[in-house]
Amino acid sequence: MSAAPEPGRFTALSRALHWLTAALVFCALFIGFVMVNSVGDYAALIMIHRTLGVTILVVVLVRVVNRLTHRAPPLPPTVGALERKIVVLSELSLYALLLAQPVIGWAMVSAAGNPVVVFGSLRLPRIAPFDARLFWLLRQAHSVVAYALMAAIAAHVSAILLHTLTLRDRMIERMTFRFGPKDDRSRLDIPGS
Amino acid sequence: MTNQPEDAGRWGAARPGRRDVLRGAAVVCAFLAADLGALLYANKWIGPARLTPRVFLDGFATVFGRQPGFRKNHAKGVAVAGYFDSNGNGRTLSKAAVFVPGRTPVIGRFSLAGGNPHAADASSTARGLGLVFGFPGEEQWRMATLNLPVFPDNSPQGFYDRLIASAVLPGTGKPDPTAMARFLAAHPETARAMDIVKQHPPTPGFADSVYSGLNAFYFVNESAARTPVRWSLTPLQQALPPASGPDALFDALVRQLRAGPLRWRLVLTVGAPDDPTRDATLPWPAGRRSVDAGLLTLDSVETDAPGDARDINFDPLVLPAGIEPSDDPLLSARSAVYAASYRRRTGETGSPPAVQVDKVAL
Repeated sequence: MSAAPEPGRFTALSRALHWLTAALVFCALFIGFVMVNSVGDYAALIMIHRTLGVTILVVVLVRVVNRLTHRAPPLPPTVGALERKIVVLSELSLYALLLAQPVIGWAMVSAAGNPVVVFGSLRLPRIAPFDARLFWLLRQAHSVVAYALMAAIAAHVSAILLHTLTLRDRMIERMTFRFGPKDDRSRLDIPGS
Repeated sequence: MTNQPEDAGRWGAARPGRRDVLRGAAVVCAFLAADLGALLYANKWIGPARLTPRVFLDGFATVFGRQPGFRKNHAKGVAVAGYFDSNGNGRTLSKAAVFVPGRTPVIGRFSLAGGNPHAADASSTARGLGLVFGFPGEEQWRMATLNLPVFPDNSPQGFYDRLIASAVLPGTGKPDPTAMARFLAAHPETARAMDIVKQHPPTPGFADSVYSGLNAFYFVNESAARTPVRWSLTPLQQALPPASGPDALFDALVRQLRAGPLRWRLVLTVGAPDDPTRDATLPWPAGRRSVDAGLLTLDSVETDAPGDARDINFDPLVLPAGIEPSDDPLLSARSAVYAASYRRRTGETGSPPAVQVDKVAL
């Protein structure tokens, strides 16, 4: 088990987009939870939060195109038939949640009749009619999707950690960058477990 | 790859050793604990108790009772509409589109301070006028003004403490005088502001009140010069004398608006570099330059209803390009608490508002 073969990697662009999304989403979620409980920092935080949201929307749209035009590397052999289905489902739901959340946020601001201002002064068009009831539904949905994202991300990270640390299949290396010396190619030929 | 067991089974691999299971489980548990801790901390479920928007909403509910469907403050009001005619003078201070000569549509709401939507009108209750210029465009200017010369508080905590100290004691129908005395002793800025307010007794009605923005903002013109500004709306008419009954002030306003439009002049007061911008309890010295920016005309009035001013959050930080917030800590607090109030009330179903415009006798 200790010398599992090096797994295939996502392309450098895919990996960069993944970690960029991870950082942006972590900040957007954390700031979102902090901001709705803030009084003094609310105004500054909501501008950062909206800006992160629209950035995530753009990055995830690029990722969807990238994902549809590039094959993912094969999963390690430690992933069984049932788990393969879970992997597909979990990837699809992460994409769906990551696309839905900024759009819901944007629509929610629109439904309150508010201008949608990001990056300090860039004004986006409103994408929903002025309707207080619709605002409330979207506002509730924004919280529900935030917690769903937290749960989906926690499951995703836990699965990668379990694979990498318990099954020792180097799962995480599909998505990591290696900054040190080139991998010893000979390890590929060492019989595994 | 060649060593993959044939009977990979459910997990696709041979059973991992106990140490590997423990290692994975420990790291996953540590990750989940950190994740949960961050969530609890961000939501302020753990850590020191702090003043959050929810604390304000709970404070309003404690003082005024739960009032589903209504604004948690300034609950009683009527929706109005009209327009603003800019004369172009404001352009020396701000590049905002609203100051270009011409007409901008306006939606507004007259209100009385307090969270009880059925409270009887009282002359001493602060009168509010919420306005939005250019709704629902991208360059909206929203404001929530009061008929006071200065704001009573200079910090969110001060506002909250005053709210709690003003709670009416059951049985007596009056606030606890010792609570208010204790509050004023702890907040000398409010005591000073109250003295200034006392020198400006309220006018007979809504129509002849001066409505002031109170917080300072920065106006930014085409050459990017930033000027501290406070603004007021000064009335161009007398008010009808208050009617009788629990809606005396509102009924007089509705009658007067039905008879003809009401007008206010938008006066921008230009601050000097040393004038306080972060303390709304402090008046600016008399004699500061003022700019008459144009005329606000309100010519229609409706009952608070879905789709009208009832559903607008008069968030003072919804500003057009050319007007920017100052460092006044009340601005962010107002924005935060208004947003929480808006979220809460848009999910509630309430009773009909007290002021029914079509039931006001001519």
